[in-house]
This record gives sequence, C-alpha cells and structure tokens, in this order.
Amino acid sequence: MLGYLVRRLVQSVLILLGVSFITFVLLYVLPADPVRQIAGRSATAQTVENIRQQLGLDQPMLVQYWRYLSGLVQGDMGRSYLQKTEVSTLIAARLPASLLLMAAGIFCELLIGLTLGVIAAIFRGRSLDQGLMVTSFVAVSAPQFVVGLLLLYVFAVQLGWFPIGGYGTAAHLVLPAVTLGIMGSGWYSRMMRSSMVDVLRQDYIRTARAKGLTRRRILLRHALPNAILPIIAMIGIDIGIFMGGIVVVESVFGWPGIGQLAWQAIQRVDIPIIMGVTMVSATAIVLGNLLADLVTPLIDPRIKLR
Amino acid sequence: MAETSQTIPVQAPPAGIWHRLLRRKLAVFGFAIIALVVGGAVFAPWIVRYPPDEQLFDGLSLFGEPMPPSRAFLLGTDLLGRDLFSRMLYGAQTSLIIGIVANGVALLIGTLVGVVAGFVRGWVGAVLMRFTDLMMAFPALLLAICLAAIFQPSLWIVAMVIALVNWVQTARVIYTETTSLAEREFIAAEKTLGASRSRILFRHILPHLVPTLIVWGTLGISVTVLLEATLSFLGVGVQPPTPSWGNIIFENQTYFQAAPWLVFIPGAAILLLALAFNLVGDALRDVLDPTQRGND
Repeated sequence: MLGYLVRRLVQSVLILLGVSFITFVLLYVLPADPVRQIAGRSATAQTVENIRQQLGLDQPMLVQYWRYLSGLVQGDMGRSYLQKTEVSTLIAARLPASLLLMAAGIFCELLIGLTLGVIAAIFRGRSLDQGLMVTSFVAVSAPQFVVGLLLLYVFAVQLGWFPIGGYGTAAHLVLPAVTLGIMGSGWYSRMMRSSMVDVLRQDYIRTARAKGLTRRRILLRHALPNAILPIIAMIGIDIGIFMGGIVVVESVFGWPGIGQLAWQAIQRVDIPIIMGVTMVSATAIVLGNLLADLVTPLIDPRIKLR
Repeated sequence: MAETSQTIPVQAPPAGIWHRLLRRKLAVFGFAIIALVVGGAVFAPWIVRYPPDEQLFDGLSLFGEPMPPSRAFLLGTDLLGRDLFSRMLYGAQTSLIIGIVANGVALLIGTLVGVVAGFVRGWVGAVLMRFTDLMMAFPALLLAICLAAIFQPSLWIVAMVIALVNWVQTARVIYTETTSLAEREFIAAEKTLGASRSRILFRHILPHLVPTLIVWGTLGISVTVLLEATLSFLGVGVQPPTPSWGNIIFENQTYFQAAPWLVFIPGAAILLLALAFNLVGDALRDVLDPTQRGND
C-alpha cells in the first residue's frame, strides 16, 4: 500500500511537470506578443524592449521555463502582466468562489443523477425507465451554455425567482450549480441504473427476499449502499470535466471564480495567469484521479492495488 | 510484406444489423434528425431565400430591433437584420464539417496511438501511454480555449484544436481493447502457425477493433459538436460572419431577454444534433457489442 502510494505520488508529480512544460512551450510559441499588450499602442520600440527585458522575456525559452519552475516549487507563480499582482494572490482570491460552485455542482449532479438512476432501476423495462433514460441522453447532449441561458430566461427573467447573475447569497448559487450539474447527472443516472440493476441480480438480494424482508428494506438497506459506492469513486475522475464546465458557467452567470480569471487572461494574453490556472486545474485533476484510485479498494476489497 | 499493401479487410457486418437498428425507435429518431440536418446543410443554397450574411433592408424593425419569426423570416432575423433560417442552415454545414473532420482526425490519432501502444509495446508504447496519461491531466476545455485563442481561429484550425484535445479517450479505449485482443488464444494460435506480425495486426487485430471504432466514432461526433459550439459561444471558435450555431448565440446573447429565439433556436439545434448522434451511437453499441446485451 505504502509503496503504491509513493509510486503514484511520484507519477503525479511527473505528470504535473509535463503539463507545466507543455503549457509553457505552447504559450511561448504564442504569436500574440504580450509585451505589445502591456506597453500599449503608442509605445516606442525602446519602451517595448525595456519591458521585454524587465519581464525576462528576452531570455531563451528553457531559461525562462527553469526560472518559472523554480519559482513554482516555492509557491511563486509569477506576477500578472497587466494587473501587477501576484498570480497566487489573484487565484487565492478567486478559488473559494469556484470551489463553492463546484461543490454545489457535484451535489446537484449526484442528487439528480442518483435519484433518477435508482428510480429507473426499480421500474426497469417499463415506460418510466425508458422515459428517464431518454431524459438522461438529453441531459448529456445539452450544451452547458444553452442550459444556463435557458434557466436564466425561465427562472430569473420570466419568473424572477433568482437573481440574473452575480455572487453573494445562496439564491445566486442555485442556477449556476444546477447548470453545472445537469450534464453529469445524465451520466450518473445511467451508471447508477446499471449498477443498481447489477446488484439486484446478486444472490444476497434473493436471500434477503427469501427471508421475507419488505421490498422497501431490501432496496434501501441491501441494494442501495452496495450500488452507490462504486459510483461515488467516479467523482474524482470528473474533476477535469468540472474544471472545463466552470469556465462556461462562470461566464454565463458572471460568477467571479478562476474560470472567469482564466478566460479574461486568455483574451488579454496575460500568460502568468493562464499558466497558474492551468497548473491549479491540472493539480486538481491529478489529485482527483489519485483519490478515486485510492478509494476504490476501500469500497470493494476484491479490487487490489497494483 | 505482401499483407501490408493490402487494404484492411473489414468484415462484412453480420446480416441484420440495419434491421436490428431500425427496430429501435430512438435510433430511428436519431437517424431522422441527422438526415434532416445533413439535408439542410447540403441543399442550403437551394432552400434559403436570403444569403446568410446579407443585412436585409427590412430585416430590422423601425426601432432597429430584430424581427420575430414570421412568414417573411421563418425563424426571425438577428441583431444585424440577417435571416436566422439562412444562418441556421449554413451553420449546419459548419457543425457537420467540424463534427466529421475533427472527430475523424481524433479517431485516427487515437487509434494509431492505442494500437501502437497496445500491440507494438516496448518503450514506444510506454512513452505513448505516459503521454496519454499526461494529456488526461490537462483541463480539456481550457486547453482548447488556449489553443484556439493562440492560433487565429478559422474553421479548419478549430477542427484541429478539437481533434488535438479529443483523441485521448479513443486512445485509451483502443489501447485496452488491443492489449486484451493480443492475449487471446486465436492470436496465439496464429503466432504458432507462423503468421507475421503485420498479418496478425491487419487481418486480426484491426478488424476486431472496427465495431468499437464505429461506436466511438458516432458518440465522438456528439462530443465534437458540443465542443465546437462551446468554443464558438465563447468567441474563440468559428469566427463571424461564417455562421455556426455556437457563434449565432455568441453574437446575440446580449439581446436574449428581448429576442430569446436568437439564442434558443440554435441552442435547440445543437442539443438535437448531439442527442441524435448519442442515440445512434448507443443503439450501435447495443447491436454491435454482444457483451453489453442483457443489461437492459
């Protein structure tokens, strides 16, 4: 177990190194010149050159990468070109809002997905089941920005139940969280249904039935816990999808998280911020995957770690 | 090396696949939507009444507002007074071209990486799979946005960006499938009979991957269509005036409270097309993969 953990941690660090290098190279070959953006249109060639030297952008790429990496290890992600602030400060200020949104999104995803999946499994083969499975396909096929705009239009503009955008109260959180959760809920309802159908076929369910337990007790005490556990482990793998989702959802609802930060930075070629957000997202994804792999054998002792 | 010059022998699909597909109502529904969109895209020049990027004289009201759907404009007009129906049909061309090209390239890269890593193995295989792991750790949408913003996005650049982000899943699936195929008895039997590696690869491994590729290819189009729409919605996808369902929403979203049709008609079109490919892909999986049967 310990050996496995150490190996996986080393692997994770190597992956993050690779991600940082590739992102750096990509941004280095960027045709848009950040110095021009900073200096403004009326800057002289001399000013542009000075700024380039100041930021160290005249150095060879590998030197720049090495400098970035040695800073990163010490928690220094560099300074934003345009906002003149530490990137780590900017991200730290925005991260809580994004984490809150993601947590609420995962909650919605599980609540909707698992409930519908269990209902479909119980009514397996009947029209309710078929209807729910079609609904789940609609959910995974719906572009998030359309869902977001639709929810905004119906519940904020027409009915006025929720604010149109912004951040602050619980009411602000509802629509973005539901938008973020809907796509995943489609997948989860399908997985939950097949997991539940699988469990209901097991011998111990037949035994429970033979003992004369009520249907309700069999479903809630015997089937549900066993069916739900393997699904829970999947959440870790989903972090990557959520990291993409928040860019869209934050943009639709004006939610002040790291998705918005990254989006604005990309438009203004503010490379340190893009690098920083990519690294934070990649770290989250790697940790999520690691967690999923570690949790799986705890849930199902038949699975051994290799 | 005579075998390598041969075309890959694709097994004729078992009789009755079409029949079995067409018995599924949802698959038929999916096929119908796809046929409708393809027909609209192909025959767009003959169907539409106005060119898609012409700002029509009577396309805006006296107050400069877009016109709601009417006899003259089937789906209304957009903020610049262009006919939405024309833009939707030409936008279908964009969605389909990107869906097919981007997904085709992604499928090709994914298959190549997966088969090489799973069949050739060795250090090449190891490097390829580590690289695939690395790509999995990238936040895909963020990467796509970055890439699209770096290169000035045109239709083909957007397609390539999407392909670069989307091959990873296919590579993993094909890799798993190839390694498990390579260990099966009939491959060992072929080896004992003295078959060359290329013969095994082209006559036995690749044909067995075809059903998986068909299923993933179909489901992948849906993912591609959604990603293109998302990039275009954020303004880094296909650039106006070339219409795409995503950038129609991008251009008009500021006005969506007053003219909701400008957002929800293209939105519904994206959803329906993605849904259609998902339904057909799912039906294909049930029909082509016998191990999945019995789960319903």
